[in-house]
Amino acid sequence: MSAAAAESARAVRRLRRSDLPELLRQIHDPPRALFLRGSADAEILGRPAVAIVGARACSPYGSQVARMLGRELAAAGLVVVSGLARGVDGEAHRGALEAGGLTVAVLGCGIDRDYPAAHADLARRICERGLVVSEYEPCVEPAPWRFPARNRIIAGLAAATVIVEARERSGALITADFALEDGREVFAVPGEITGTLATGTNRLLRQGATPLTSADDVLDVFGLAASPLPQATAISPRAAAVLARLADGVAGADELARATGLEPGPLAAALAELELAGLVAEAEGRYRVVVRPG
Amino acid sequence: MLARTITHALVGLDARRVEVEAHLQNGLPAFAIVGLPDRACQEAKQRVRSGITSAELNWPDRRLTVNLAPAELRKEGSGFDLPIALAVLAASRQVTEESLRGHAAVGELALDGRVRPVAGVLAAAEGAKEQGLSRLFCAATSAPEAALAGIEPVPLHHLAEAASYLRGEWQPEPFDEPADLPAPEGLPDLADVRGQERARRALELAAAGGHNLLLAGPPGTGKTMLARRLPGILPPLTRDEALQVTRIHSVAGLLPPGRPLVTAPPFRAPHHTASAPAIVGGGSGPRPGEASLAHRGVLFLDELAEFPRPTLEALRQPLEDGAISIARVEGKAVFPARFQLVATMNLCPCGARGDPAAECSCSTQRLAAYRDKLSRALLDRFDLLVTVPRPRALELAAAPSEASAPVRERVVAARERLRERCPRRTEAADVLLLRAVERLPLSARGHARVARVSATVAALADAEEVEPEHLAEALSFRTPNELAAAA
Repeated sequence: MSAAAAESARAVRRLRRSDLPELLRQIHDPPRALFLRGSADAEILGRPAVAIVGARACSPYGSQVARMLGRELAAAGLVVVSGLARGVDGEAHRGALEAGGLTVAVLGCGIDRDYPAAHADLARRICERGLVVSEYEPCVEPAPWRFPARNRIIAGLAAATVIVEARERSGALITADFALEDGREVFAVPGEITGTLATGTNRLLRQGATPLTSADDVLDVFGLAASPLPQATAISPRAAAVLARLADGVAGADELARATGLEPGPLAAALAELELAGLVAEAEGRYRVVVRPG
Repeated sequence: MLARTITHALVGLDARRVEVEAHLQNGLPAFAIVGLPDRACQEAKQRVRSGITSAELNWPDRRLTVNLAPAELRKEGSGFDLPIALAVLAASRQVTEESLRGHAAVGELALDGRVRPVAGVLAAAEGAKEQGLSRLFCAATSAPEAALAGIEPVPLHHLAEAASYLRGEWQPEPFDEPADLPAPEGLPDLADVRGQERARRALELAAAGGHNLLLAGPPGTGKTMLARRLPGILPPLTRDEALQVTRIHSVAGLLPPGRPLVTAPPFRAPHHTASAPAIVGGGSGPRPGEASLAHRGVLFLDELAEFPRPTLEALRQPLEDGAISIARVEGKAVFPARFQLVATMNLCPCGARGDPAAECSCSTQRLAAYRDKLSRALLDRFDLLVTVPRPRALELAAAPSEASAPVRERVVAARERLRERCPRRTEAADVLLLRAVERLPLSARGHARVARVSATVAALADAEEVEPEHLAEALSFRTPNELAAAA
């Protein structure tokens, strides 16, 4: 980015209530004004948008689902809205950036702050293509009670909200509540019933939220079609066998070796091939499919 | 009356020539040592006097001054006892000074006149050899060590033998260099590790290519157990490597009696409470640290993230240069430290991360602090990163895995092939490597390391060239996993 462009991305703009996008004006308690920074035009706030939120301390599964959804929904033309937090939020933004799509981060502090500090670099990248927004003027400190208020803006900007992983008393559930109140679509990603990480999302499902099984479920709501997958790179038969096993679920390298009968060497080669093709990702020694099989 | 003997003081690993001058004058009986002796060296007075009388030789009851020249060089330790005693015997004309010509001496004296071994005999013998001296007086148990330098040792059990030898009344048994001893038995065997095929594969690659290996995973998955089995599959040292290792271990006084030459690659496992100087070396007269003791072998850091960060950062220099230089006011010592770094760590402070059956209770801040310990620069120096998941019950009940012996054979063969000719990448492999550099966060160093590991994979497979699949396997040990991404 040139110095001038960096300057303009850093520059803060203000949007009056009357200029807020239609969807955000419809909510129960719309903000009086919205501060913006980033190189995109304020017009993108009015485009069809989906919110992806969830736990900060998420599992590898949660972060990979968030990134996959961010990527695929942004690739299909939706604006991905989230809260720049660690965990699911950050991954959703990253996924959208990866797809070259648009993404909007809503802050719970002054517009000039990058909070959390660890995501300063992410915020900078979001500003290069999308927007960072906040209802708070510069220099407002982050405070616990500002985040629930921030969540109403996240839910308000989006026609649909996806909760990826949420514990019993998660902030993401507050976002879901706002979305429901405003009559927006709420999706929850089903999680394991044995852990505590998905208690919140599973309860949402029991209460009637739509279970999310693929990005298509969201796209249907918007009447959009999935963008054609990047032409599947030709993979070796060996890699295909590994991918077939992984389609059944997460597995460690040794389990894969037993299931496919491959020696550790060729198996490692197959896994690297799949990772390079962007089909599989490893976390904590276990591999999972990150792109839904075509 | 004046007499002179030659001995050597150690500065780091180098032996500096020290002339021991003994001067007898008329006057009241007295004994002084000058020339910057340290405490142990100063105490040589008592040992030398008792030793000489115990050997039924005469203690000159006159004014005795011993000078250790050059005077500005600090003299440390008890190895000066024997040369001082010989200089005193020559000064008091109990042996002739001519008979001492061409000889160096090193050794500690017991009060009954026996000669005790000291550290650093090999370095002293090499120093003597370089200066054209032909024989070295030393303790009988140190003789094989001295012989490694190509000098003829005069193995002594007792100071009286030295006197008889110098008078031409006694000759030591002609010294035969001991035949190569078999490798020490009783190393832990890989057959004890059930399952963990991927980690075993990484261990085999690490052994064949001398690569740095990081095993990460929840506790109880066998990371430490695997790492401790690395020495059992490493090829023996070449003669030249063995001499380098022996020199360091000799200076540190770690040579086991009866095994003058270290032929197996050393395996050093310092605890994480060890100080930075203990690991990289230090002290006023610099001494080699664990990193140098692991030269040509393995430095094993269990629970890597528990080590203080300065200690870990201090290891970056030797990892790159293969040597540690320690600067002191009195000069600089350089210790070789070309070791293979093997480390284990948990994925988080509580250890539950990565274990499907447990939930991690670490806060984000604690997790970040834990991972901050390992700089990206340090992680970048590991060629092989493996996450070891918890084995399933099924695997623990599986048939015993392959033992160390066949793995070692493959490793030795692969090393041989790598030494003869490093396999080159095919064009297709080059294309894959370029693609990987674009897609993965690979630094220039990471790129070079992947290339080296891929050559090892090819050598293990006895392939002429590095094919794409060899490169892919090397890449699979460097993918941006949790660790690399967090650092």
